[in-house]
Amino acid sequence: MLSVTQLTCQRGERVLFEGLNFELPEGQWLHVSGANGCGKTSLLRILTGLAEPVSGTISWNGAAIGEEREVFHEDLLYLGHQGALKEELTPLENLTLSLGMEGYTRAPKDVVEALHQFGLRGREHLPVRFLSAGQRRRVLLTRLLLRPARLWILDEPFTALDVHAVAFLTEKISAHLETQGTVVLTSHQPLTLAHGQAITL
Amino acid sequence: MSAFFVPFKQSVQRDLLLAARHKTELITALFFFVIVVNLLPLGVGPDPELLRKIAPGILWIGALLATLLGLQRMFAPDHADGTLEQMALSPQSFTVLVAGKITAHWLVAGVPVVLMAPLLGLQFDLSARSLWVLTLSFLLGRPVLSLIGSVGAALTLGVRGGGVLLSLLILPLYIPALIFGAGAVEADLAGLSIEGHMSLLAALAVLSAFFGPWVTTFALRIALE
Repeated sequence: MLSVTQLTCQRGERVLFEGLNFELPEGQWLHVSGANGCGKTSLLRILTGLAEPVSGTISWNGAAIGEEREVFHEDLLYLGHQGALKEELTPLENLTLSLGMEGYTRAPKDVVEALHQFGLRGREHLPVRFLSAGQRRRVLLTRLLLRPARLWILDEPFTALDVHAVAFLTEKISAHLETQGTVVLTSHQPLTLAHGQAITL
Repeated sequence: MSAFFVPFKQSVQRDLLLAARHKTELITALFFFVIVVNLLPLGVGPDPELLRKIAPGILWIGALLATLLGLQRMFAPDHADGTLEQMALSPQSFTVLVAGKITAHWLVAGVPVVLMAPLLGLQFDLSARSLWVLTLSFLLGRPVLSLIGSVGAALTLGVRGGGVLLSLLILPLYIPALIFGAGAVEADLAGLSIEGHMSLLAALAVLSAFFGPWVTTFALRIALE
């Protein structure tokens, strides 16, 4: 369970949001929406612990996220705006290395299999700089299939994806929710997923 | 132990693979070192007595400047593409991952300089013994440059005009390494014992290996906010 109490975020002089409260039990998801620049990404970064809020607390399963950082990070999978993909490496190398740094080892065949599921057949060994924006996004999202985590925090996961990929990702998110996972995401498009909460900043 | 070693190895391997795809950067820093060291004798004339005297200082200053050249790229690309965020959120220790990056930087930018130093020393008419002392001083001192440099690279991350600021911040901190590194070779040339200089250089290496990754991680967390 992710719970947030009295969260306030400030960027420079401007207060983006204040007194934000919510509780997200297992098997539920939260849709964060709002106009551009209203603090959606800031909220997600605060939830991951990358940024510090001005005030307020965030706790995961009853413990403040800064307290047992390693336990929280084990459960957390964050996909940000930026790709965290290296242009000069192939999708296979990119995924193997990022999983490795998180302490997970996957056989190349499993990684290739996951890339196929995301419609990247034949692109496994092509440097990322030759891929389109949508394909890069797909490479990034493949991490969801490979790295076990209970809390997904996804910043605009549907950007640049085509209809098939959106359907596939929606299916994966609902499968994750069914296995008692938790999802926080920002998106500008309406989503057809059960057990959702929504906040508008 | 494996909690330390496995992520450390992963981080080193990753950066080595990336460096292998970016060979030009590697070669640029090495050639810069070679050229700087070669330019000075051309400027001061071919007197062997004088060259022997200035050799340790020139080689060390060349190495300092060559280190600075690649330093800014230590974290900047990873910061720009979000890799650093992912490292900070990894269940593995961020400090260990950062230590891996610093080690990779030393392997890629430092080791070639250490290997090249005795070769360049030959041109300055240094004796075989002095060349050994020179190599040893680089072996102990070059990691210090990477470790202290990483702190500066992390502190100036995302700052506009960070490159110049980085030089101003880091070069003064390199003074002890320069004094004891070049001093060891000078002492040897003068027929004195090098033990004191080397011990101090080793102490610097141990201190910076202990505090470097830790302080760097702290600075990186601030840069990520």
